[in-house]
Amino acid sequence: MQDAIKPRDANDVAEAVASAVADEKRLELVGRGSKRELGRATQTDATLDLSALSGITLYEPEELVLSARAATPISEIEKALEESKQELAFEPMDYGLLLNKAPGEGTIGGAIAAGLSGPRRIKAGAARDFMLGVSAVSGRGEIFKAGGRVVKNVTGYDLPRLLAGSWGTLAVMTDVTLKVLPRAEDCATVLLYGASDSRANEAMSAAMGSSCEVSAAAHLPQWPADNVAELDAPGKSVTALRLEGVPQSVAYRKSKLEELLKPFGALGSLDAAKSRAFWRSVRDVAPFADRTERAVWKISTTPSLAPGIAAGINGATGAHYCYDWAGGLLWLEMPGDKPQENAVRTALAGRGHATLIRASAAARASAEVFEPLDPVRAAISQRLKNSFDPKGVLNPGRIYAGS
Amino acid sequence: MVAMPAPDTSVLSRREAIVSALREIVPGEGVIANDVAMRPYESDGLTAYRQLPMVVVLPETVEQVSKILSYCYENGIKVVPRGAGTSLSGGALPLADGVLLGMGKFNKVLEIDYPNRVVVAQPGVTNLGITKAVEGNGFYYAPDPSSQIACTIGGNVAENSGGVHCLKYGLTTNNVLGVEMVLMTGEVVRIGGKHLDAEGYDFLSLIIGSEGLLGVVTEVTVRILKKPETARALLVGFPTSEAAGDCVAKIIGAGIIPGGMEMMDKPAIAAAEAFVHAGYPLDVEALLIVELDGPEAECHHLLDRVSAIAKDCGAVTLRASTSEEERLKFWAGRKAAFPAVGRISPDYYCMDGTIPRAKLPLVLSRMRELSEKYGLLVANVFHAGDGNLHPLILYDANKEGELERAEHFGSDILRLCVEVGGVLTGEHGVGVEKRDLMPSMFNQTDLDQQLRVKCAFDDKGLLNPGKVFPELHRCAEMGRMHVHGGKTAFPDLPRF
Repeated sequence: MQDAIKPRDANDVAEAVASAVADEKRLELVGRGSKRELGRATQTDATLDLSALSGITLYEPEELVLSARAATPISEIEKALEESKQELAFEPMDYGLLLNKAPGEGTIGGAIAAGLSGPRRIKAGAARDFMLGVSAVSGRGEIFKAGGRVVKNVTGYDLPRLLAGSWGTLAVMTDVTLKVLPRAEDCATVLLYGASDSRANEAMSAAMGSSCEVSAAAHLPQWPADNVAELDAPGKSVTALRLEGVPQSVAYRKSKLEELLKPFGALGSLDAAKSRAFWRSVRDVAPFADRTERAVWKISTTPSLAPGIAAGINGATGAHYCYDWAGGLLWLEMPGDKPQENAVRTALAGRGHATLIRASAAARASAEVFEPLDPVRAAISQRLKNSFDPKGVLNPGRIYAGS
Repeated sequence: MVAMPAPDTSVLSRREAIVSALREIVPGEGVIANDVAMRPYESDGLTAYRQLPMVVVLPETVEQVSKILSYCYENGIKVVPRGAGTSLSGGALPLADGVLLGMGKFNKVLEIDYPNRVVVAQPGVTNLGITKAVEGNGFYYAPDPSSQIACTIGGNVAENSGGVHCLKYGLTTNNVLGVEMVLMTGEVVRIGGKHLDAEGYDFLSLIIGSEGLLGVVTEVTVRILKKPETARALLVGFPTSEAAGDCVAKIIGAGIIPGGMEMMDKPAIAAAEAFVHAGYPLDVEALLIVELDGPEAECHHLLDRVSAIAKDCGAVTLRASTSEEERLKFWAGRKAAFPAVGRISPDYYCMDGTIPRAKLPLVLSRMRELSEKYGLLVANVFHAGDGNLHPLILYDANKEGELERAEHFGSDILRLCVEVGGVLTGEHGVGVEKRDLMPSMFNQTDLDQQLRVKCAFDDKGLLNPGKVFPELHRCAEMGRMHVHGGKTAFPDLPRF
């Protein structure tokens, strides 16, 4: 067990980082530790335990704004929002299931730092789209703020968005301000049975290109579909499309969507309660939760290219897979504990990016966990890292080796 | 007036050599060096500021852009990028010792990809041009700044432009998936594409809204949406701005996110009505336009709910559009508000702060006090849904000292926005105009961190200098780090 420092507030964090700089020590940033196994395996000298930076500091439902200390549990935020019939519209996924850990442990800072966005990403946007403002401590040990508490703001560079998905390598977020949105009154899911990957891809594209305002679109080939409780073992592939809104609108759009999808095959549906459970399973990649020794990849690509990429990887490795984001997000479960990085990256061929999500520490140390960058972007990344953290004290090597 | 950096005489003395070097890169009429022909480029939408550039260059290919920037980088020459020149904050104001890089010839839509719902366009395509290219198939590009007929998508990326529909559909930053960009060194980099989210650091978030200080965008990939089936607008008049503000809060509190929600105050209503005869009530203090879009059943249902809320809040007039023609008429007044105010005053100065919505009554009453103090009238249009305020200060530039008074009045309004928890600019950008107000919102540490980000992209500070940041420092200075370990103010914290 390495040294742990537990700051009580932003000033403590600044002091701890300044000390680390002075003593040439590297820090691992940890909220509640739910995502420690994600990213490259790193070597650090001490743990910066941020769990005491917790609590909602401002919530004004009518202004659609919420501020919280970075290590506030997501569950606490969701509970507060629910009381005002609001939600985090980017639907942050919970890695608990996939990483064989207790669910519901994530913090808001962790969700932002890891850039977690769920099925509603395609309609509502990503985690970063909800970042309005931030207060943080840079790798220089300096407290800085950026952004604000209003939605429309172009004053200065958008550093709050930059910190989303930066895996704690640029700055220690201490407070975040988020845009929140009303939760839909009603929802329903239209199911299409037995479509091939390419046919499902066309169906999802047609649905997304209609005025049905689909808020999530996933395709599960037969094996993963059989492993999703809410689908009652259909014995065939399932393509699912979610509709949300006021009841009158959901009912109207559902019949319209069913009309549109008729030519693609047999249809079914899920009511509101089953829909919520089903999309939670999709969000948390429940089909790949059981065999935790197997390596899991996540690929973001152009939706129409996804079936070809999935077939390529499946042909080379026998991996199972399922699609979210209307095809743009591909989850892959490898047949064993080996990530088989070459096969994955060869099939993807730079048409998007692949991230190794679940793998042993040894595998994460030897494989490139994140998509390798071309030299120009790699050089900008290095300069950006240096601009925030010149001595490399914050989560060094978590995204790329040597930065 | 905000002062621009003093021209570098050593650059100016090399002007002839620079012009011929640029002619080598861009042959023919793509390099403009005489004063008369450069005149159209001397200012942008912030017309109070004018400056002829050293030379104008209008490249046609990415390779030319790369060579121009590379040449300027090697020779220490400043570059100001320009799209259509509609910036309201002076973002494209030329520099006397700088090259003005006009991107107007990059005006083609390169690809329309319906299956993936994206359009790839060159930066000089207008905002409306993207919608025009896809509307035949029932699609549109959501952000709709009021200058959309003229402003370019490249300029939208630079400014993170908004519009009246961004509460529901987002700003530019929420609708761009990728760019190709040339760095000041001439290196060409592609960021993002047709897929969602970036690998590694999200450069897109930095580039969008960077006001031309990080790179020159040469291609943009945007997402397009299917047009809603119907849209209906509600015109609601209130006896006080407080009641109107209350109504906005209650609509959102009820879980309704309208497609658009605009407010106008009495002077703005009067000017707009006199100009376009939209049928606005003239006996109200505040007017709300609430637009609901989606399937007809949804619009109808929400229209009823919004009407009920408005009545509860004391609405004195309430009209729902019954035809598309009537809906567009409701909007015509709002969309013509700026030129309408232009008719009643020789000049006007448009501000752009954002405030937490609940502070609206306070801000409006303080603005009335300021109006009296400066002896200048002000009309207000307000993106009420997202708190973005556009006060229009009326003045006459031909009257001694009025422009300066208008500028001071404007600065006071923006400081007030920051004071109540808002920001200096919601969608027009900092540019030259609000540059020197940045310290009212950010302290030196905040600004230094932003400047270091600038250095990661442009280490010589040659791209659009004099904009956004009140003080320029050399990047080497910015990078220095003062280690102050040992002196700890928190002795109870564990030490290494």
